[in-house]
Amino acid sequence: MRWELDPSPSLWKVFLAYSLFVALALLLLGLLFLLYGVSPLKAYGLLLSPLGDSLGLAEVGRRTIPLLLIGAGLALAFRVGFFNIGAEGQLLMGAVGGAYVALFLPPGPWTLPLMFLLGGGLGAVWSGLAAWLRVRFGANEILTTLMQNYLVYYLVVYLVAGPWKGQMVFGFLYTDRFPPEAQLPRLGDTLVHWPTLLLGIAAALGLQLLLFRTPLGFEWRILGENPQAARYLGLKGGRLILLAALLSGFLAGLAGVGEVAGIHLRLLEPAQISLGYGFTAILVAWLARGRPLWVLFTAPLLGLILAGGDALKLALSMPFRVVDVVAGLLLLSLIGAEALSQRRLIWRR
Amino acid sequence: MLKLENITKRFGPVVANHRVSLEVARGEVLALLGENGAGKTTLVSILYGLYAPDEGRILLEGKEVRIPSPKAAQRLGIALVPQHPELIEAHTVAENLALGLDLPLAFSRRALVRRLAALLEGHPLGVDLEAPVARLSAGEKQRVELLRALLNRPRVLVLDEPTSVLTPKEVEGLFQEIRRLKALGLAVIFISHKLEEVLAIADRIAVLRAGEKVGEVWCQEADKDLLVRLMVGRSLAPPPKVPPPRKEVVLEVEDLLVPRHGFPVQGVSFALRAGEVLGIAGVAGSGQAELVQALAGLRPHQGRVRFLGKPWPRDPMSLFRQGVAHIPEERSMGVVGGMSVAENLALRTYPRFVRRGLLDYRAMEMEAGGLIQRYGIRTPSPRTPVRFLSGGNVQKVILARELQGGARLLLAMHPTYGLDVGATEEVHGRILELVQGGAAVLLVSEDLDEILALSHRVAALYHGRFVGPVPREEADRERLGRMMTEGRV
Repeated sequence: MRWELDPSPSLWKVFLAYSLFVALALLLLGLLFLLYGVSPLKAYGLLLSPLGDSLGLAEVGRRTIPLLLIGAGLALAFRVGFFNIGAEGQLLMGAVGGAYVALFLPPGPWTLPLMFLLGGGLGAVWSGLAAWLRVRFGANEILTTLMQNYLVYYLVVYLVAGPWKGQMVFGFLYTDRFPPEAQLPRLGDTLVHWPTLLLGIAAALGLQLLLFRTPLGFEWRILGENPQAARYLGLKGGRLILLAALLSGFLAGLAGVGEVAGIHLRLLEPAQISLGYGFTAILVAWLARGRPLWVLFTAPLLGLILAGGDALKLALSMPFRVVDVVAGLLLLSLIGAEALSQRRLIWRR
Repeated sequence: MLKLENITKRFGPVVANHRVSLEVARGEVLALLGENGAGKTTLVSILYGLYAPDEGRILLEGKEVRIPSPKAAQRLGIALVPQHPELIEAHTVAENLALGLDLPLAFSRRALVRRLAALLEGHPLGVDLEAPVARLSAGEKQRVELLRALLNRPRVLVLDEPTSVLTPKEVEGLFQEIRRLKALGLAVIFISHKLEEVLAIADRIAVLRAGEKVGEVWCQEADKDLLVRLMVGRSLAPPPKVPPPRKEVVLEVEDLLVPRHGFPVQGVSFALRAGEVLGIAGVAGSGQAELVQALAGLRPHQGRVRFLGKPWPRDPMSLFRQGVAHIPEERSMGVVGGMSVAENLALRTYPRFVRRGLLDYRAMEMEAGGLIQRYGIRTPSPRTPVRFLSGGNVQKVILARELQGGARLLLAMHPTYGLDVGATEEVHGRILELVQGGAAVLLVSEDLDEILALSHRVAALYHGRFVGPVPREEADRERLGRMMTEGRV
C-alpha cells in the first residue's frame, strides 16, 4: 500500500475528497464542542442559525461587506504574487481617512464620496509603501505589511486617546459621532450599509473583468504565475506589482470607511473597528483561488461563520474566537482535500 | 541477474508501460533506448522503487522481489545515477557521499574521509573529497553521483541519460568507467535517446516506443537506421542542407562584455549575415546563458551591438517588435503553464487583440488556430492550458509565437533540449525554413551534432571567453571539443 501522484483526478474523486475532509473537520469541531461541554448538534445549529431569520441574515450581510471588499483585492494581489498580509492595517488606514473627512472637513453632499476617496487612498498608500519596499529593495512584503499593521493600530489608539478624542465622551476612547452627512444609509434597521455592499460586489466583478479580460490583467496573470516568463517578455514587473498592491490596499481602505461610516459612526479603538477582517479575508481570498468573482461566494461563507460565532458566544458563552477555530479547521480540511484529490492509494502487497 | 517480466504501469487513462520485459546479466550493459515519453523514466522509477507496477514482476537473481522504496532498492543492490545530479551544493563531496551511508550519530571529518576511501577502494576517485560540490563541473558532479551509487556495492547500476550534461571528452571518461564496472561484474542499465552513445557502449539494446518494447537487438547487429526505425516507427529524412548566407549583415557584435558571477563573458565579436547560422558550443555554465540573455535585453552588457545597422534596443519588447525572436534556455521560461495555448501564443502580441480596452479572445483564438495548424501543434483545443502539452509541443508553441512576426534574427538556446527525434526534426525544419527566408540565427546548444548540422560557422565559449568563430568546414567534433575545453581555436 502506498501513495502516488494522480496527475488527472476524476471529478467525483475530487468531490469525494472534499466531502471527506469537510466531514472530518466537522467531526473534529464536534469533538471540540463536546470537550467544551456543549452538544455538537446544538452548536452546529447555532453556527448555522443566522441563516434562519432576517436578523441573522442581516448580521451575515454586515460581516460580508468588508470581507468582500478586502477579499476581492487580496485575491488579485495573491494572484499577482504580492502576499499582502496587511489588509488589517490598510482597513484601519481607511477608517482614519474617513474619520478625518467626517470630523474635520465641512459636511455636505460631498462628504461620503470624499471619505471613501481619502480612506481608500490612505489604504493604498499603506500597501503601496510595502510594494515599493519590495520592488526597490527586495523587502519581503509578508513581513513589511504585517509590521505595518501594528503601526496603524497604535496610530489609531493615539488618535482616539489624544488629538481626536471626542469632546463629550468622558473617559471613553473614541471620537465624537460623525455628522449625519458622514453616515452611510442602512437597509431598514439592520447594520447593512448597502452602498459599501454595492462597492464590494462591484469590486469583485470589476477585478474579475480586469484580471481576465484586459491587457493589464493578462500581464498580471503572466507575472503571477511565472515571474521568469514575465522577465523574458520584458514586462514591467515592478509596476505591475505596485499597481496590484495599490488596488488591494485601496479596497481594504474602502472597507475601513464602510465600518466607521456605516456601523460605528465614529473612530474608536482599533480592535473594535476591524474584528480581524483583514486576516479573515486572507481565507476568503485563498478559498477563491485567485478569482475575484468567487469572493462573492466565499465572503458570505466566512461572514456566516463570523455571525454564527457571535451566536455561539451569546447562547453558550463560548469565547468569540471559536470562529477562528471553525475557519481554521475549514481551511485545513480544504488544503487536505486538495492534497488528497491529487494523490491516489495503490493497494498492493 | 535482473529480470523484469510483463511490467505494466498506468497513470489514469495513460499507459506508461505496457507488458515490458527486460533482462540484464552480470557484466552486461543493456541500453534502454527510446524517445522522450516512451516510458523509460517510468520503468526506471519502478525499478528504483518510486512507483509500484500495476502488473508484472521483478526478479533479482531468480527470486521475485518487491521494491517499495528507493531504500529497498539500495538494499537489494540496485543503484541509480539520476539524470541531473541531486547533490547538496553547499556541502563537500565527502559530506554528500556520507548521505548514502549508515553513519553513527557523531563522527569526525577525518574518520568519514577514511571510511569513504576504504569503501571506494578500487574505484578511481577523480574528485577531491574535501571540495564543495558547488565548485565542481557538471561532469565532476556526475562522478560524485556515480561514486555515491557505488558506495553500497550495488549489483545493478542504472544510469539515467548520464551524458546529457557532459562534454565529449567526459563522455569518453564515463564510458571507460562503465567498461571497468562491467568487467567487475556489475549489470548496467544505460538509458539514452542518443544513438551513437548506445551503439558505442551497449552489449544489447532494448528499444521502447509509446510504453512498449518494440525490439531488442545485440549491438553487433544494430545500426543507426534500424534503431531509428524502431524508435520513431519510420525512417528519418536526411537533414536538409543549409543554403549559403547572403551579403546583408543582420547583427554586428564588437567587444561585447557581459558581467556575471565568476569570469565575465568577454571578447565576443562577430558579424552575422542574413541567412546565416552561427553555432555556439560550450560546457554548461561557460557563459552561453549570459551571452544570450545580454543580447535578448535581459542582462546589462558593455560593447557595441548593432542590428540591421542601427543601435541595439535594450529591452525585450522593442527587440521583439524589431524582429528579434528568442527561444529561452528553459522551456518553462517561455510559456505560462496555467494559461491557454492561445494566450501563450499571444504572450508577445496581445496588445494587438485589444478592442475598446478589452482583450478580444475570439480573435486571439482564431489567430491561434492558424498558428496551431501551421506549426503542427498537437493540442485538443486553443483553450487547453499549455502545461498539458508535451515538451515538443510546448517548444512548437514558443517557436510559433516567436517567429510569427517574421523574425529577422533568432536567438535560439537549446532549441531541441529534451525533445524526441521526431520533434527535433520538426524544430530543425522550422529553423532552416527561417534561414532560407533570410533570417539570421544564433544557435547555442549542448548538442554538438546539432551545431555541426545546422551552422555555417561555429564558435565556443570557454570560461566566458569567446573562441572563434571558425567556418563549419574547418570544424569537426574533436576541434569543437578542444575549443570548448581548452579555449584554443
